[in-house]
Amino acid sequence: MASVNRRVLPGFSLSLGYTVTYLSLLVLIPLGACFLKASSLSLSEFWAAVWTDQARAAYRTTFGCALVAAAINVVLGLIVGWTLVRYDFPLKRMFDALVDLPFALPTAVAGMVYATLYVENGWLGQFLVPMGIQVAHTKLGIVMVLVFTGFPFVVRTVQPVLEALDAETEEAASILGANRFQTFMRVILPTLLPAIVTGFALAFARAVGEYGSVIFISGNVRFETEIAPMLIVSRLEEFSYREATAIAVVLLTASFVLLALINVLEKWSKRHG
Amino acid sequence: MADAIENETQTPAPFRRSREDHWLVRGGLTLATLAIIGLLIVVPVVNVFSQALSKGLGTYWHNLTGDADTRHAILLTLTVAPVAVAMNLVFGVAAAWCIARFQFRGRTLLITLIDLPFSVSPVVAGLVFVLLFGAQGYFGPWLREHGYQVIFATPALVLATAFVTFPFVARELIPVLEAIGPDEELAARSLGASGWQMFWRITLPNIKWGVLYGVILCNARAMGEFGAVYVVSGRITGQTDTVPLRVEKLFQDYNTPASFALASVLTLLALVTLFVKVGIERHARPKVEKKE
Repeated sequence: MASVNRRVLPGFSLSLGYTVTYLSLLVLIPLGACFLKASSLSLSEFWAAVWTDQARAAYRTTFGCALVAAAINVVLGLIVGWTLVRYDFPLKRMFDALVDLPFALPTAVAGMVYATLYVENGWLGQFLVPMGIQVAHTKLGIVMVLVFTGFPFVVRTVQPVLEALDAETEEAASILGANRFQTFMRVILPTLLPAIVTGFALAFARAVGEYGSVIFISGNVRFETEIAPMLIVSRLEEFSYREATAIAVVLLTASFVLLALINVLEKWSKRHG
Repeated sequence: MADAIENETQTPAPFRRSREDHWLVRGGLTLATLAIIGLLIVVPVVNVFSQALSKGLGTYWHNLTGDADTRHAILLTLTVAPVAVAMNLVFGVAAAWCIARFQFRGRTLLITLIDLPFSVSPVVAGLVFVLLFGAQGYFGPWLREHGYQVIFATPALVLATAFVTFPFVARELIPVLEAIGPDEELAARSLGASGWQMFWRITLPNIKWGVLYGVILCNARAMGEFGAVYVVSGRITGQTDTVPLRVEKLFQDYNTPASFALASVLTLLALVTLFVKVGIERHARPKVEKKE
């Protein structure tokens, strides 16, 4: 792509101008308004809004559940990604397509159906509840729906890397006397690592902001299953816009840091992938 | 994304064994995969339809069409989502054109900023529009004076939906345009085509599958958006309830069959989206590869 293009191909200033204008109007200015609003608070007011006992418990639940869910997604994603790339089984194409369902299914539907499945008389709850496993209205329930919403990320980042993996390296490892397990641990896993970390970060970032699916299953128990986005909504419903904004700024800052991290990781995985 | 399907390894037979796993490992992992996808995805989907149809087809149909508020919610979603998708489509094409075809300062930053809405919590996305257009918001008093209602009305629903689905079309189109390369467009220009002629006759036909792909993904998310819309809508029954909001309200009112009936429509939409997506991938993939 040479700079020659700009003289020959038309529409550079039009398309760039439109892109930047639309981006600014819809995304940048609104997000800026959030920071502007937060800056009208004094530092102590800000601190008082974002560091209450209730808020701290909400951050713990939000980030803790997101972290656990993303870690589970790494394990599940590796198993599913590996199987879909390496093995054949009936209806494989259908299962492969179904992996993307959490991207397409509205989060509210996901939350509602999970809540229904795991209550005492639900399809799965009828087995789990007698065993003492409570999913509805617990952190476990939050983790479950977050695993669902983040499921495709690790699978879809790992799959292309597994496909592109040279057969020769594995053959070499095997000829040099490594067994399959050694080959996997020492040859395949290190190659997959950047993709795994990227998938993990994407799933984590998604889980931190998730709202629609969580509210159905969490039961919104204060100090226990209340997540930070819920806290924002309840502050808004009390018309405490400033407190809501302050908590939003905390979440936004976390997502910006994550976004920057994901970008670095993607560059890293391009170099090492 | 889903490149898993077609690629078979082309290693000659004698060497293939070194990549083959023991049948126990193969069987175990395959069973695990079926169990994971089954429990995580298939069971919930089946459950949605089973709950929706639990009182029979007649009740199902009545639940969908008999309630005026539900009908209004469907109509509202069918208004909001297409507008938001159309906005993001025009933006996506423009963004892909300048990013895939030109080098300029800040290009990488622009790409990062386009992805930004993906990492913003939907609730925060809703909140920012309340801060701008709400009664106490920056533009609130001015809007009220001039008689415009943005928050708790359709415009805010469109804005919040467009924000959340902002990156979809652009993200799909940038790699497609990059893979196709500018040769045909340069040829068209040198043969005397005007800019718009080149766009309508060369560029757009070349990226049509990518456009379709981006649009259906964007649409699925737009119709299913919950968090952002929840915050800006005020949840006024029969006025600002979109389908997902209506689903939630029916569920909270313990009207489970009705809420699952409506949810089944959204689930069907998701399944159709996946189906179309696989179809497009089969169509579009060979074409892009040929061009490379």
